[in-house]
Amino acid sequence: MSTLTVLDPTGYPPKIAAKALAPRLDTLNGRTVYLVDCRFDDSDIFLAQMQAWFAEHMPSVKTVLKRISSVYLVDDPKTWEEIKARGHAAILGVGH
Amino acid sequence: MTIEAKYGVPTVAVHTDKFDKVVRSVADVNGMPGLAQVFVPQPIMGKTPGELRAYVDGTDPTTGRSVMQEVIEGLTLPRDGARARVEYDRSTPRLVEADTEEHLHRVFLERNWTDHLPIVLPTEARVAAMLAGTRRKPDEVVGRMRSTHFREYWEYTVEKVAVNAVMAGARPDYFPVILALAATGVTARGSSSSAVAAMAVVNGPIRHEVGMNAGTGAMGPYSHANATIGRAYGLLSQNGQGGSVPGLSYMGNQGNSYAYNSVTFAENEERSPWAPFHVQHGRSAGDSAVSVFSGVRSTAFTLGLREKHWREHVGHLLRGMDPHGPPVLLLDPIAARQFVDRGGFAKKDALIDWLHDTARMKAGEYWDYQLIQNYIYPRATFGEEPWASKLKAAPDEEIPMFRREDIHVIVVGGETNGYWRIMGCNYQKTEPVDAWR
Repeated sequence: MSTLTVLDPTGYPPKIAAKALAPRLDTLNGRTVYLVDCRFDDSDIFLAQMQAWFAEHMPSVKTVLKRISSVYLVDDPKTWEEIKARGHAAILGVGH
Repeated sequence: MTIEAKYGVPTVAVHTDKFDKVVRSVADVNGMPGLAQVFVPQPIMGKTPGELRAYVDGTDPTTGRSVMQEVIEGLTLPRDGARARVEYDRSTPRLVEADTEEHLHRVFLERNWTDHLPIVLPTEARVAAMLAGTRRKPDEVVGRMRSTHFREYWEYTVEKVAVNAVMAGARPDYFPVILALAATGVTARGSSSSAVAAMAVVNGPIRHEVGMNAGTGAMGPYSHANATIGRAYGLLSQNGQGGSVPGLSYMGNQGNSYAYNSVTFAENEERSPWAPFHVQHGRSAGDSAVSVFSGVRSTAFTLGLREKHWREHVGHLLRGMDPHGPPVLLLDPIAARQFVDRGGFAKKDALIDWLHDTARMKAGEYWDYQLIQNYIYPRATFGEEPWASKLKAAPDEEIPMFRREDIHVIVVGGETNGYWRIMGCNYQKTEPVDAWR
């Protein structure tokens, strides 16, 4: 049977630059964990429940419930700077 | 990802389980495959605090492990892939391995390169013929697209656009319009869970040169040019941006049949009582241009404008739209002239002013819309206008549902009757076609 040569329709992907992750903490005890509300659907209610879980199960962890400044599509350096300055770790939610 | 990589804060991202493949894929292409991600059931929306507490106390549906154990481990245990910075290239080949026609059709389907309708195989001869439809060089970069905010942009050349145009069944004389659509960089395959499509409106002499339909059946399957230009836009979008695969790079919950040809039509300039759409957006009447809209989801329709209650009827249609999807009126020329006759809207701007003023609802209801909560309320609290001012309104105060600049009017149809409709969507940009001839 005869064969055909055809062209690939897909575009050109960018180079991937692998990024190093932040060093993990040895413990959460005595540390401040930011619970960052991405302000989508009912994320704030969910994170409040996670905050309650920490209060009950790991009371030595200080938690701060923090809403991002605008929508999740917009970078929020002010909030990231605050977390870096005052916190030790972050939990972001809820992605969809 | 930003807070982890740029600010050095150990982070866990919590997502709903329906998004496990897509968010893992996004982490990969952003160079962070080891990013700590934990999943809870979908949906979050509308659940009570008690139900959401059960999510916290429960297990990750993708692993079966305790959600909170995964969260704590994500912050305290070393992560796979937490390696030093490296870069690596990815590439796509120019040619597909030679095969029989039957097998190649199967390959294109299996690789998710089609819209699941039969395609024309892009042989070198067919692509060369398509390339004859422009003076631009095959290796010239036309633009770049991505399916969503968090994904990486892929770019495409004139030749890649030609390949997709051939697949769609387009003719070479349509190619400048397709290139202009590609040059907008606005994807017709957005991955939003709201199941969006695009819409493309063509203005100027090119409409007649290539036989586009602005009259009877313009928005339906009754014009080779309308059908294949719009299809080419969709195929170029999904392939040029690197994919549109449900669960991986497409998350539209119900899908959207408008996406088959991206609602592509010509404006009926000759029968419109107003200036053509592209002239409103900075082009001359003698220019050819294509205007693209994104987020095409909702449609409302009615017949004509009744003398006694037309204002109320239009108001009801507008209030039936989700306030996050601004109205774009698609008026048959009969309906357009009725707006002139009934409302005295000799200029399109006057009609848009009236629509903006008519589309109102109580502030309390407006702010309670889910999409307003998701996308507008945060911006309002951030101080962005006009939403920040709207926040000051009392709950019973009637406020505009839409920004005036987001409301548009286009004339299309063959005057078989005065039916007209409203598409809820977002105007993005107008791109000249002549530059791509």
